[in-house]
Amino acid sequence: MEAIIEIGYLLATLSFILGLKFMSSPKNAKTGNLIAAIGMVMAVVLTFVAGYTETVPYTNLIIMLAAIAIGTIVGKRLSDKVEMTGMPQLVSLFNATGGGCAMLLGLVEANPMHLQETELTSQILLIAGLITGAIAFTGSIIAERKLAGKVKDYRTMGVVFSARILLLLMILLPVIYFFGLLPIGFAPFVFALAGLAMIYGVLFVLPIGGADMPVVISLLNSITGIATAFTGLVYGNKVMIAGGIFVGAAGIFLTLLMCTAMNRSLMKVLAGKFKKSTGAVS
Amino acid sequence: MDFINQHIQEIYFVIFCIFIGIEVISNVPSILHTPLMSGANAISGVILVGAVYMMLQIPGDDYLNLTLGGIAIFLGTLNISGGFFVTGRMLKMFSPKK
Repeated sequence: MEAIIEIGYLLATLSFILGLKFMSSPKNAKTGNLIAAIGMVMAVVLTFVAGYTETVPYTNLIIMLAAIAIGTIVGKRLSDKVEMTGMPQLVSLFNATGGGCAMLLGLVEANPMHLQETELTSQILLIAGLITGAIAFTGSIIAERKLAGKVKDYRTMGVVFSARILLLLMILLPVIYFFGLLPIGFAPFVFALAGLAMIYGVLFVLPIGGADMPVVISLLNSITGIATAFTGLVYGNKVMIAGGIFVGAAGIFLTLLMCTAMNRSLMKVLAGKFKKSTGAVS
Repeated sequence: MDFINQHIQEIYFVIFCIFIGIEVISNVPSILHTPLMSGANAISGVILVGAVYMMLQIPGDDYLNLTLGGIAIFLGTLNISGGFFVTGRMLKMFSPKK
């Protein structure tokens, strides 16, 4: 049984590689999408089969199956209804859901009821996954709102400056914590970090010009991938690590390609520098 | 050092995956940037595997975590199903032009 599940995960990983490969050529793109989707369904079903035992309470099963059913239907309906011009927004929204999922995973796993004497490595990975997930979550929502024209560019020194301070805090606080200098429990600490990361996600996207949003969405997409990979490392699950790293690496590479196509450097995009005269593009 | 000894396989795995990820999409034409981004987004929904795994471990009377886990599963599923369906719709627009 173990072997079957391992082989299934291997096939799912291969399907992601093939899917990405096919999706980068116009002729085979549709096949690629289908292959990756089949691999994904297989990975989820296998996880369910592998983890299911008689002792799993019914409430868990019911909640899980209901959530999967509703998620599938809502996803299908949203993607069916969307206008052609609204697609980048929707992609951004779906990316936010992925980041949100990673963040919630981190929060639940950090709860002392489930984290029994885990080693330091897992705690660090957990925090890394949680922070990246939270940034992708709020960042993508702001990106979506910007594309919809609901949020204007908001670029002041205050925003840029506090974003940098938050970034510094998110790196420094865990270091201080793991040296034992912060006298709080692990769960409250993780909740505080999640809050900081969510604020950072907002401040990170706010100053960036609306026309640069596709690039930013691609970047946030790769951050979600990295969050997935971190969480995968916590569980030691190969298909999650592989899928996450593929998306992370491909996403960053794609971000750079998009920058080149737009004839702008990534640094300029992130700094939000933009000539006023070209503000009406896209 | 212990850390390196225990996790050397994962380290190899991660490094190879990085190169595969970049290599696989290195020849993408610019017209496919957006569908590829959307497809990659759907693949990052593999986080659902972790959510399902976690959900099977939560005790049945721990309602706070069950709720959070349920939301996580809903979000993960939404990412996957929405991601693949929207990519499919984008790619449908390409077919008549060929």
